[in-house]
Amino acid sequence: MTPTRKKRMTVVLLILLGVGIAAAIAMTALQENLLYFVSPSDVAADKMPAGRQFRLGGLVKDGSVVRANESLEIHFVVTDGPEDVAVVFNDILPDLFREGQGIIAIGALDTAGVFQADEVLAKHDEEYMPPEVADALEKTGHTVADQNAAAENKP
Amino acid sequence: MNPVMKFIHKTGSPAYFYWLSGRMIPWLWAIFAVLTIWGMYQAFFVAPTDYQQGESYRIIYIHVPAAWMSMMIYILMAIFGAIGLIWRIRIAEIFAVSSAPIGAAFALIALITGSIWGKPTWGTYWVWDARLTSQLVLFFLYLGVMGLHSAIDEPRKAARAAALLALVGVVNLPIIHFSVDWWNTLHQGTTVKIGGGSKMPNSMLIPLLVMAIATKFYYGAALLTRARNRLLDQDRRRGWVAKKIKEDQL
Repeated sequence: MTPTRKKRMTVVLLILLGVGIAAAIAMTALQENLLYFVSPSDVAADKMPAGRQFRLGGLVKDGSVVRANESLEIHFVVTDGPEDVAVVFNDILPDLFREGQGIIAIGALDTAGVFQADEVLAKHDEEYMPPEVADALEKTGHTVADQNAAAENKP
Repeated sequence: MNPVMKFIHKTGSPAYFYWLSGRMIPWLWAIFAVLTIWGMYQAFFVAPTDYQQGESYRIIYIHVPAAWMSMMIYILMAIFGAIGLIWRIRIAEIFAVSSAPIGAAFALIALITGSIWGKPTWGTYWVWDARLTSQLVLFFLYLGVMGLHSAIDEPRKAARAAALLALVGVVNLPIIHFSVDWWNTLHQGTTVKIGGGSKMPNSMLIPLLVMAIATKFYYGAALLTRARNRLLDQDRRRGWVAKKIKEDQL
């Protein structure tokens, strides 16, 4: 390689390195702000002030969904395992909403510590399978989550 | 001269490239067409429905290949740009510049199909999470490369300026890919993993991979077609073009 080309190659590599370092620093600084949602554990640790808008993400706790008879109002609990947050919502839910589903609720805590959601989004997971397979898993007493855990434990 | 450099120089000669690409393009289109027809048929009529999303998941057969291509083309554009910057090989500069509109189209397709899928699945067309935002930035980077290139009249200077911007934008690629691991996002994690462990049965995965291969042939055909046109335009006063026109008229 001629000296000019070597020089140009060095410049190209320095550009990549410089931009990479700048981006890494910027992302470290913005880490918190880049999180699309906070978990119930974060809520418990940070003690989010009442009335401040944020996005809460987690799983809908099994057996926690209570629907009102005469309105759209729905009560449920969002959990990430160790911590729970009670949520109230009064609008139309996405199709994928059900117990055990990952969701993101946008809203704020009220003074009683209940999360008043203005919007609820369903979070889809990376799992795809035919319905027969899902049924077969249910029958043998395995849930999709169990299978995931098993897959992750494999070396 | 070693054989690799010899090959590069030979392919870099405009007349030879024009001839070679002319022979390759029909084959690339043909393979693309066969794979796409077969892949789309498998995707829409043969692959099973999803246990959770039903039929709407089938949009991944367009969304995922388009998103992969938008990233792969960006990497190639930056590599061609770097080769052009370092070795001043004109055909590499032309490849880099010709890649931008193709990549931009794939990025836009990924954004639009994702949005259409997002409404029924998530309950919203768009959110500003890290994955969606970084993919939108990728689309704007393509537009930036195209805009910068067209703003400079002299083609070789224009190509070098565009290549520099393309290089700077490379930093966005790991951000797109790892965004779903590094931060909480609404977008789900990676389903298809290189080296096994994909979270999808083969009946769903194979049509997806076929579509991913088909789009690569589309890129090859579209890139060579665009590169040929650009080369002809740049060399319109050069001898080999005049000779080519004369040959074609006979």
